[in-house]
Amino acid sequence: MRKLKEFIIEKLILVCGLAAIFFVVLIFLFLLKEGLALFKSVNPFAFIFGKSWYPISEPAQLGIMPLILGSLLVTLGAAIISIPIGVACAVYISEVAPSKTKEILKSGIELLAAIPSVVLGFIGMVTLVPWVKSVFHLPTGLTALSGSIMLAFMAMPTIVSVAEDALYSVPKNYKEGAFALGATHWQTIYRVMLPAASSGIVAAVMLGIGRVIGETMAVMMITGNSAIIPHSILQPVRTLTATIAAEMGEAVVGSEHYFALFAIGIVLFVISFIINVTADLFLHKRQ
Amino acid sequence: MRNTKRTQKIAFFLMLLATLLIVVPVGMIVIIIVQKGLPAINWQFLSDIPRQGMRTGGIFPAIIGTVYLVLGAIVFALPIGLLAAIYLSEYSRDNFLTRIIRLAIVNLSGVPSVVYGLFGLALFVVFFKFGASILSGSLTLGIMILPIIITTSREALESVPQSFREVSLSLGASKWQTIRHIVLPNAIPGILTGTILGLGRAAGETAPILFTVAAFYLPQLPKSIFDQAMALPYHLYVISTQVPNVDEKVRYGTALVLLVLVLFMNLVAIIIRYRFRKKKKW
Repeated sequence: MRKLKEFIIEKLILVCGLAAIFFVVLIFLFLLKEGLALFKSVNPFAFIFGKSWYPISEPAQLGIMPLILGSLLVTLGAAIISIPIGVACAVYISEVAPSKTKEILKSGIELLAAIPSVVLGFIGMVTLVPWVKSVFHLPTGLTALSGSIMLAFMAMPTIVSVAEDALYSVPKNYKEGAFALGATHWQTIYRVMLPAASSGIVAAVMLGIGRVIGETMAVMMITGNSAIIPHSILQPVRTLTATIAAEMGEAVVGSEHYFALFAIGIVLFVISFIINVTADLFLHKRQ
Repeated sequence: MRNTKRTQKIAFFLMLLATLLIVVPVGMIVIIIVQKGLPAINWQFLSDIPRQGMRTGGIFPAIIGTVYLVLGAIVFALPIGLLAAIYLSEYSRDNFLTRIIRLAIVNLSGVPSVVYGLFGLALFVVFFKFGASILSGSLTLGIMILPIIITTSREALESVPQSFREVSLSLGASKWQTIRHIVLPNAIPGILTGTILGLGRAAGETAPILFTVAAFYLPQLPKSIFDQAMALPYHLYVISTQVPNVDEKVRYGTALVLLVLVLFMNLVAIIIRYRFRKKKKW
């Protein structure tokens, strides 16, 4: 009787162990199921490279190039801001800060990671957006730049914590060896620690960027949501994620618009899949 | 020599500056929300329904909605996540299957939140015909927090020393008895930390509930898991972008309640982890 009970429990454990695989596959299948229906009526090439997104005009124009460029622009801006700051902060926390300060700084970063994106979006709306508007003398502060700055703050906790882990796991004797050869602390960091931790830092940057591309609420609230091909970072843009979030509410289930939003979901899923797998490879290389 | 010293000073100064550039705005965000939100908080705000097109009144239905959603998500995700963690830490060998599982977990945690929303819509709302309901929203959030629960629980289980297991097995206990009576009790603080972090994440997410449960405005409380519900993060989104002329105080007040809820859960998780580390006997 006990044997049977244990047998059942162990099988249950195995099934749950496979749950993660099951759900990833399930998510992808359902995105495909709803998204691929679009390509019965729309050419995939025209969908990706089409220059206009007017889903409710007659006939609907479903080209996501403006959205892809919007996502890229915002992500690029956020990366430029968050990578140097994030990596520098990780080095400071792991190498320079005294141990008490270190704990406080780490909790501060964790705090930032915990703030819901809708709260950051709200704060961005009431503080950052008016600031961008007045500094650059723009008709509106809802621009790609505002989005980039806000998203940089969402990428930084990821970058800092993964990069800090990478620096922490550099063997202590590397550092001691450099000191013994007469290198200063900074020379040791710059010439020994950073190169030794480089693959972990690359992974940190990639995971941070992954977080930015997938971010939805804050971006929808502060980038202005206009689906046009952007020419400058001081223009309103609309990202892939914001398009889904903003339009799914109005799309009729089973309509072309509904399928198109799922097709965007496929694009996002594939992008995040590639980023996460590559980042994981980099993290593994280190060990 | 003086040059290298100066370079080091400049480099360390710049790194300190970068750190302050992250930490100071975080502090400011919290301070601004507390300062401007606190005047809005009173018993009526917390216990009343929204009134006059959500411009005055309270946020009670949104708080209750969020509590239901979060509880639903954890009821679904904790058993599955815990058993998955037990599999990974106690049963799995270092083989191809384990590597695939690990990769799946990494991917599950990287899927954009709005894609979870799409998935929840396609599977629970449309395919299973649950409609926009607490059930659909909870299940969607549950799948989203699964990787957090698996990862933290697994760490907790793996940090229980191998010798504990060996002693138990050598006394004639079976593998499951060892897990049930020796490994699990020693890992509970870590599992609790993961669960609370998952709760916090589920409470703050908006995108996954947009199309699976969230109601724009619903003056009464949900009566069953098949009802729609309001939720705090969605309510904050609605009153700050969709409804014109909402009193600033109401917006900041809502943001404050959400922030306190989420940060409180994170704080509890951090405290449990800290006390556990101090008490650890091995």
